Amino acid sequence: MSIKFEVNGKAVAVEVEPRLTLADCLRHELHLTGTHVGCEHGVCGACTVLVDGAAVRSCLMLAVQAEGAKVVTVEGLSNDADLTPLQKSFRKHHALQCGFCTPGMITTAHALLSEEPDCDAARVRAVLSGNLCRCTGYISIVAAVLDARAAYRHKNPA
Amino acid sequence: MRTVNSFIGSPIERLEDLRFLRGRGQYVDDLTRAGMLHAAILRSSVAHGRIRRIDAGAARALPGVHGMITAKDLGLPVPRVPMRLQPLPDFVRFGQPVMAETKVRYVGEALALVLAQSPAVAEDALALIEVDIEPLPAVGDSRSSATDRSLLFEEAGTNRVITFRATRGDAAAAFQDAPYVRRETLRTARHMALPLEPRGLLAEWDAARGKLTVSGGAKVLFFNRRTLAKEMGLPESAVEYVENDVGGGFGARGEFYPEDYLIPFGARLTGRPVKWTEDRREQLMCLNHAREAECEVEIACTRDGTVLGLRGHVQVDVGAYMRTNGAVGPRNIAQFMSGPYRIPHIDIEVALQLSNKTPVGTYRGPGRFETDFFRERLLDMVARDLRLDRVEFRRRNLVARQELPYRIATIRPYDKEEELDSGDYHATLERCLAEIGWAEKAKLAGQLIDGRYHGVAVGCFIEGGAAGPKESARMVLEPDGTYSVYVGSSAVGQGLETAFAQIAADALEVSMDRIRGVFHGSTSYVSDGYGAFHSRSVVMGGSAMLAAAENLRAEIRAAAAARLDCEPGQIEIVDGRTAVGPDGKSLDLASLAGASLSAEGAFLNTKHTYTYGAHAAHVSVDPKLGHVELIDYVIVEDCGRAINPLTLHGQAIGAAVQGLGGAIMEHLRYDEEGQLLTGSLADYLIPTASDFPNIRAVVLQDHPSPINPLGAKGAGEGGIIAVGGVIANAVANALGSLGVEPRQLPLTPSYIWELVQESVIRNQGSGIENPRNRADP
Repeated sequence: MSIKFEVNGKAVAVEVEPRLTLADCLRHELHLTGTHVGCEHGVCGACTVLVDGAAVRSCLMLAVQAEGAKVVTVEGLSNDADLTPLQKSFRKHHALQCGFCTPGMITTAHALLSEEPDCDAARVRAVLSGNLCRCTGYISIVAAVLDARAAYRHKNPA
Repeated sequence: MRTVNSFIGSPIERLEDLRFLRGRGQYVDDLTRAGMLHAAILRSSVAHGRIRRIDAGAARALPGVHGMITAKDLGLPVPRVPMRLQPLPDFVRFGQPVMAETKVRYVGEALALVLAQSPAVAEDALALIEVDIEPLPAVGDSRSSATDRSLLFEEAGTNRVITFRATRGDAAAAFQDAPYVRRETLRTARHMALPLEPRGLLAEWDAARGKLTVSGGAKVLFFNRRTLAKEMGLPESAVEYVENDVGGGFGARGEFYPEDYLIPFGARLTGRPVKWTEDRREQLMCLNHAREAECEVEIACTRDGTVLGLRGHVQVDVGAYMRTNGAVGPRNIAQFMSGPYRIPHIDIEVALQLSNKTPVGTYRGPGRFETDFFRERLLDMVARDLRLDRVEFRRRNLVARQELPYRIATIRPYDKEEELDSGDYHATLERCLAEIGWAEKAKLAGQLIDGRYHGVAVGCFIEGGAAGPKESARMVLEPDGTYSVYVGSSAVGQGLETAFAQIAADALEVSMDRIRGVFHGSTSYVSDGYGAFHSRSVVMGGSAMLAAAENLRAEIRAAAAARLDCEPGQIEIVDGRTAVGPDGKSLDLASLAGASLSAEGAFLNTKHTYTYGAHAAHVSVDPKLGHVELIDYVIVEDCGRAINPLTLHGQAIGAAVQGLGGAIMEHLRYDEEGQLLTGSLADYLIPTASDFPNIRAVVLQDHPSPINPLGAKGAGEGGIIAVGGVIANAVANALGSLGVEPRQLPLTPSYIWELVQESVIRNQGSGIENPRNRADP
């Protein structure tokens, strides 16, 4: 099937099998390998991307379901010049080790902070509990997300 | 400006993060090649059986399928997975064929390999392969294994691989005269490392040059290259192993698995690049399992709390085969049961029993997590029996600073003497007590507050590190005056590039931005490498880098002396940038780089380092739900010298949370037929962000290691080793009024609930109130 959608602000058209997941489409058709596949059953959250602003597990969504959608991956939340405030905070707090869960953590946290820049630690933990990390023990990730709230308050005045 | 020793010891933000945070890491599944085929592996759904027939005809005929490989295509006998660590002749007969030949021995064992144009077509083809296996009775645990009623290897006549024995002093005599002896049976359940990135391999065969390149290597690439070259009949120089970014290792990833032969074989057979990416179900079935042990142990003491002896029998369920590092955990259970304590008389036997389950291998703190649970649990039971203060009991028996180096039990058949190196075990215990506020917290012991019983516990540990024999490094002065560093150590996500850049910068007396890159792991970088295991990278690789830097600086002096017409000893290297001669004449080092200045260095070592410390926990337990809440957790460890306190702190916390998973949640369950019941992340539970929010770690550097120039001790496992024992003791402390004594891990809600119910029944009529009544608000 031929589908069209937007990825990181650019229009894309791809020919896909109906059974192809959005995660595999992003990784192997569009070569956006920042989105990682950890479990293919929606538990680990490594493949989280933003679809029309909402954090979505791209392993549980078919590529054809993205028809007409605006998809943002970790690459779309990055720039060459400098780390974003959220990325800087992750680095400062040592909120990543092997880096495999990190794109999913960044996209999930970005979606949360964009909606709720005043969320508290319990809320951050509840939302991130859908993303598995085997390295950090999460404490530094929660600290990094909390520390990045200020940047989102500034960016999205309520 | 000279920059001497300004980076080692600094909490420097990681260099790796810049690519990982932007989604620009390059993990093996991110790689793609023109004409690449995708591999999928048919795995046995039967735990134990004889293979009657495999019919791959329909699968072979499926459009898009380019290759189909079964055991007979590999050539019989099928190559075996080697023992990498602690090899013994006794293990050979229990080696794993890279594809099942005549029998299957666990669910997940490889039966056939499909190569196809896409992963989806490869998986479609798997469904078309017909397999006929005559089932045999499955051996489900080490007890039934020991009966030898169903044999995994009929020709061996036994399911027992070997029995290790760790001894010190004269345990029999010590127990004969002991005023107090306690005997217990304790168990740890099977769990696994579960790195978040599944394994993957990409193999490329260059027929014209006769060269094989394997990407996706990790941990021990040089050993794997040696193994693969030998099995494929290629010279080592014709095989290159490439390390990409690695999404976590924890001991399990990077060992030579069956796929490490099968995927390169597929590439050589088809002449096309072949990629394989493990899925999560495969990982749960195929990556090394760990930890499953049952221990019958006795401790002998004086009535005032001096430990006299420790003896017992342990059975370790090693799964279906002996492979790579499967002997390390059982060995460590035996040798390190005494931990940091002075136990003069020891006699521990550890039997390795086969079962129809996934083979075991090392997982962070191998054997140590299990044996620390056994020992620390026992110590608290003894303290309760003898009405001793738990802390005082430990103080009395911890090895004192002046007793170090302290010889621990010798293990047979290896017979290598082992000693604890250096440090002050009492100091970390006291610091840990202070950090958690023991004096106050201890008052909460057994208190019922808002329906939950509170408990505290503390325990001590040692962590071995710095395995030899050697590590190599090479440093190069580049034409732009920067330095490149090549090292045989491997990165598995632990932040090695940053720590090594810190060491290199200090060794070369330059700023970190002058280190162009730390290139690690891949077999093309240094002549010989040993990799990342046994907490060895900083000590071994770091010390090798110091040697390489010294050699490179000597080369630079010699080259500069030739140009400045003086003796090398007269040359001073300033800021790693300029060479200055005796008459003040100088030259830019970049101008020497054309002479391709590079030097190798190596570090050889036969001794081990021992990081040590203590953990303390405060928990509350809901007696009606069996839920354990972690209210506070403190880790104190002394690692001699921390290269990067930021990343080491992260290692300690991350390890502790893995340990909490093993202590409370994680359990690889099988049914009676040997079917894995926890084949997804919905069934195999690991900690999430909301489970354990309160953990603190204090990393000390008070006692540098005397056996390497950095003074560092291997670290990164200390956070996990003590967790099982400390949490179980905290739960026992909380439920002490009910007489609950946990004797196995994990402490799942159902297990704790059962213990509470048993105590209710036991105490009925004894005047002790039913906690279910008391706990009601």
